[in-house]
Amino acid sequence: MTPLTTESLEHLEARLEPLIDKYKGKKGITIPLLADVQKELGYIAEEAVDFLSKELDLPAAELFGVATFYAMFRLQPEGKYVIRVCRGTACHVQGSALIGEQIQRHFKVKDGETTEDGLFTLQYVACLGCCSLAPVMMVGNEVHGRLTPDKAIQVLESYRTRA
Amino acid sequence: MSRTIVKVGMASCGIAAGGGPVFDKLHSLLDGRDDVEVKKVGCIGFCYKEPLVEIEKDGVCVTYGEVDSALAEEIVEKHIDQGQILKEHVVLNNSAEAPENPRLENQVRIVLRNTGLIDPENIDEYIAREGYRGLEKALKEMTPMQVIQEILDSGLRGRGGAGFPTGLKWKFAHLAKADKKYFVCNADEGDPGAFMDRSVLEGDPHSVLEGMAVGAYAIGADEGIIYCRAEYPLAIKHLNRALEQARERGFLGDNIMGTGFSFDIHIKEGAGAFVCGEETAMIASIEGKRGMPRPRPPFPANSGIFGKPTNINNVETLANIPWIITHGSGEFSKYGIGKSRGTKVFALAGKINKGGLAEVPMGMPLRDVIFDVAGGIPNNRKFKAVQLGGPSGGCLPEELLDTPVDYESINATGAIMGSGGMVVMDETTCIVDVAKFFLSFVQKESCGKCPFCRIGTKRMLEILERISEGNGSHEDLDLLAELAVQIKDGSLCGLGQTAPNPVLTTLKYFKEEYLAHIDDKKCPAKVCTTLIHYSIDPEKCIGCTKCARNCPVDAITGEVKKLHVINDDICVRCGKCIEVCPVGAVTVE
Ligand SMILES: Cc1cc2nc3c(=O)[nH]c(=O)nc-3n(C[C@H](O)[C@H](O)[C@H](O)COP(=O)(O)O)c2cc1C
Ligand code: FES
Repeated sequence: MTPLTTESLEHLEARLEPLIDKYKGKKGITIPLLADVQKELGYIAEEAVDFLSKELDLPAAELFGVATFYAMFRLQPEGKYVIRVCRGTACHVQGSALIGEQIQRHFKVKDGETTEDGLFTLQYVACLGCCSLAPVMMVGNEVHGRLTPDKAIQVLESYRTRA
Repeated sequence: MSRTIVKVGMASCGIAAGGGPVFDKLHSLLDGRDDVEVKKVGCIGFCYKEPLVEIEKDGVCVTYGEVDSALAEEIVEKHIDQGQILKEHVVLNNSAEAPENPRLENQVRIVLRNTGLIDPENIDEYIAREGYRGLEKALKEMTPMQVIQEILDSGLRGRGGAGFPTGLKWKFAHLAKADKKYFVCNADEGDPGAFMDRSVLEGDPHSVLEGMAVGAYAIGADEGIIYCRAEYPLAIKHLNRALEQARERGFLGDNIMGTGFSFDIHIKEGAGAFVCGEETAMIASIEGKRGMPRPRPPFPANSGIFGKPTNINNVETLANIPWIITHGSGEFSKYGIGKSRGTKVFALAGKINKGGLAEVPMGMPLRDVIFDVAGGIPNNRKFKAVQLGGPSGGCLPEELLDTPVDYESINATGAIMGSGGMVVMDETTCIVDVAKFFLSFVQKESCGKCPFCRIGTKRMLEILERISEGNGSHEDLDLLAELAVQIKDGSLCGLGQTAPNPVLTTLKYFKEEYLAHIDDKKCPAKVCTTLIHYSIDPEKCIGCTKCARNCPVDAITGEVKKLHVINDDICVRCGKCIEVCPVGAVTVE
């Protein structure tokens, strides 16, 4: 990750300012606060945590502790489309490992990584609740079922054309 | 003539199967017509036939399966306009025989009474089907203790996994003295392979809200929280819509129906941690902390969110509540056997013909669920195991298929009823691989608080990896059994206490398969990649080059019309060559 410049850091503080008003003095805020940071910046930047920890008087360790505990929080920026390949039980017995491997080969990314063009981030997840259509993946908020490795690539390539 | 109603299955599963374009097509063809109404409905549980379209015309309801845009056009032209049913595409018919009618007749739909039938974004459709009548009855005609007694009498037990009597749980929370109480709905549905709760939330969100309101009245809570996993965006959307509408109509908020009872609900999105489905971890998460469980007592009924009495119930448990209040506990307890009353919704997936949801009376034998309701195993393959209860559950073999689905009988096998995920496996599924899969899941999801859970599951996983690579020994099996006991005894919460179950049940019922990996260095199901090898039969290969062209890793070499060869070191065992070979020359050993 490239460190932020002084200029972008000022910019960052201005962008986070509204969150301070929203959360100052309240309890049980860590998760929604981090979710808001992620919404604003696209990920949880280390600089953002340091800044908010000072302003809100919360230990940075607590914020990082929560950010690293939950799968939802990202400490790295992510691509335009997040590919969530289901690795749940039903998908596993229907061959989802092969889907994931094919995507890894095709886009030259591993679990958690983003393609060089910044279009896709690959994530393995544990069940998308569409088990009867296994194997399944979700691209952005759209679920695609009854996949084969080839079909998965086809679907993903159609997003590239859309982008 | 009454209006024709067209219902398109637009739950996540329907959309994933291609329901979106079908809805758009029907909408564009029928928009503006006074005699037809097109609407989106939830999942009726026949996921294997999605996209589904139901036509309700002159009192006759016909459901079509595997609809695409072309078929949608034909349905409009022939069925809607000319009243001519397209027989070969019919799945269900309420007034004539249809191929899937029996699958519906085998069910008793209490929880799923509305899903797939009503438009979940329209509160009037819920109200038209007895909606909020249970809440009205509870608030106006019953005291909180009477509500609790009714639920106790019904025999309803928690559907989230543990099967604790719901009425009793409410009683504890009712008796706790405090100025503030919380009523939480557990919509975290973490068991991979389960989607009952998603379907209810997407397809009938008001039933859950109503159940929560009744429960809140019973225990004396004024604040409700739905903890819903973020992987369910459509469920969250429908819940939000339902909350708005319920508030507008005065079913939530201050002074509900003029009774003086006030209660409102908000949603907390989960942040992706399986352990947060456990009550005390969920409470920590709601408080904004890392979702780590804590010892009980104190139980949440006495000290939950921010130290206040808190009651947590599962989605399916709550969806039962309004029905029980409206119809009475006797109607509910009529179904079931022994201490398991009512129905259970199962999410059927894996190697079965008819994947989807089914709600059956408690006590139905597993065999009937798998073979009658779920339609058996595809491609004439042999049944091997059914996995119940997800990462906390176990795999049961053919011999145990006569076990009735009730809490006690299933526990006796070493599996658990769990939340209702049922993943069926056939002879092409490797049991060691499945055990390894679950262990890698719990090992990743362990919150790390208890050393036995954190490190013990890691060690178990390493042993299973060894076995699946052909490097295991008989001592490894003993070690697995020994670690299993220690992890069970040394863990604070249900995650660790049940984590070894998948390994224990597979060791108990499928030991030969472990031994095949250890002694013969063979994976009988041909799954474990280190133990299998692809090769091309020189007698059969015609040198068509198809396999070489399709191999994703260029592991196959050969010239046109000459024998092709697979390089075992490069081969990733993806099976593509088998799929494309026109003469069946590729073999796996
Ligand atoms: C690791 C773990 C995960 C759990 N996940 C869920 C879940 O996803 N959904 C759920 O309803 N209950 C889950 N439970 C069970 C809950 O702790 C709790 O028993 C349940 O929500 C109580 O509701 P009920 O009495 O209505 O079943 C989980 C338990 C454990 C130990
Ligand atoms: S297991 Fe993949 S969607 Fe549930």
